[in-house]
Amino acid sequence: MKLAVASGKGGTGKTTVATNLAVTLARHGQTVGYVDCDVEAPNGHLFLKPDVARENPVGRLVPRVDQERCLHCGDCARICRFNAIVCLPEQTLVYDELCHSCGGCALVCTAGAITEASHPMGVVKTGLAGKIQFVSGTLNVGEAASPPVIRATKQAAPPADWTILDAPPGTACPMIETVRDCHYVLLVTEPTPFGLHDLRLALDVAKTLKLPCGVVVNRAQPRMTETRELCESARVPILAEIPDALDIAKAYSQGQLAVEAVPGLQQTFDQLLRRLRAEVHN
Amino acid sequence: MKLAITTQGSEPNSPVDLRFGRARFFCIVDTETGQQMTVDNADGVNAVQGAGVQAAQTLARLGVQTVLTGHVGPKAQTALQAAKIQVYALNGGTVEQASQAFMAGQLRTLDAADVRGHW
Repeated sequence: MKLAVASGKGGTGKTTVATNLAVTLARHGQTVGYVDCDVEAPNGHLFLKPDVARENPVGRLVPRVDQERCLHCGDCARICRFNAIVCLPEQTLVYDELCHSCGGCALVCTAGAITEASHPMGVVKTGLAGKIQFVSGTLNVGEAASPPVIRATKQAAPPADWTILDAPPGTACPMIETVRDCHYVLLVTEPTPFGLHDLRLALDVAKTLKLPCGVVVNRAQPRMTETRELCESARVPILAEIPDALDIAKAYSQGQLAVEAVPGLQQTFDQLLRRLRAEVHN
Repeated sequence: MKLAITTQGSEPNSPVDLRFGRARFFCIVDTETGQQMTVDNADGVNAVQGAGVQAAQTLARLGVQTVLTGHVGPKAQTALQAAKIQVYALNGGTVEQASQAFMAGQLRTLDAADVRGHW
């Protein structure tokens, strides 16, 4: 079971839900992989405290031009819609940061002057956090596109009963790259105007990608009429409500797992797991 | 020598365009013959990214050796330098005024990027 924990709005509690759910699953005897796909700001390690065994670099292919062979015909520059390669009368220049790694320039170069080389863009760490297989991707500072690192991070996840993907916030490419091939998406929200607005966007993404999903409300309030109404109208169940409690925030600020530090939270996550299983017929 | 001026219109009294890569037009002046032509830079205006380097390529392929413009970013600067195109800075005015100021030696050179990359 591949399950993504996503949200529209940042800071709603994706990592809180993903890490505590991973630990809960392990306690129920399941093999679990936790995959931190929030490669621009990974933080699952703060709570799971893994022993990182390996760090593998992630690169993307960019063209390298052999100036001796280059005929300055300009075919490479013409096919590049990202202007990453420019053909000057005496020199052909490559701008790695503009390149989208399509390989088109190398294909059209009849002089064989273009080869592709790996441009480093991030790293994937793998290890163990107790019984949990831990995987976490990090995008290098200055790199513009995170999806290739997210892909590599997902590929590094070993097979398990449950693979929990901690998604990046938002509803754009990085989030979609994370959730696209999942079996189920858990959307974490909070009962605030921003939380509601972004949940609506995230529900639209799930619907467009035809992904079944459920909602976890963090910092839940007793009424939260609008959140409930939205979920009802989208026919998406609220699977858990995490109370708005200071001790949960304190545990988080100290890098502690809520299920370990806060009385009653293990039951909340046990119940979430029961409902999730019913949802996914696992 | 071929001179390029970034401009917002195709007339001699059109205001110059202070943007390099996303300038609306390039006015190309042959300083020996006085011949002028206007090159539409719609591709640069509409480019997703890399408008500056594309503009440098366009000018280099036209045989331009000098460009008068407002600002140049870091990537355009490296392309212009590789193409051995000298850049002179404009503050405003018309195409005609810019070319006269250049001929009179009143413009300062722009040897480094003076704005940040934005792509």
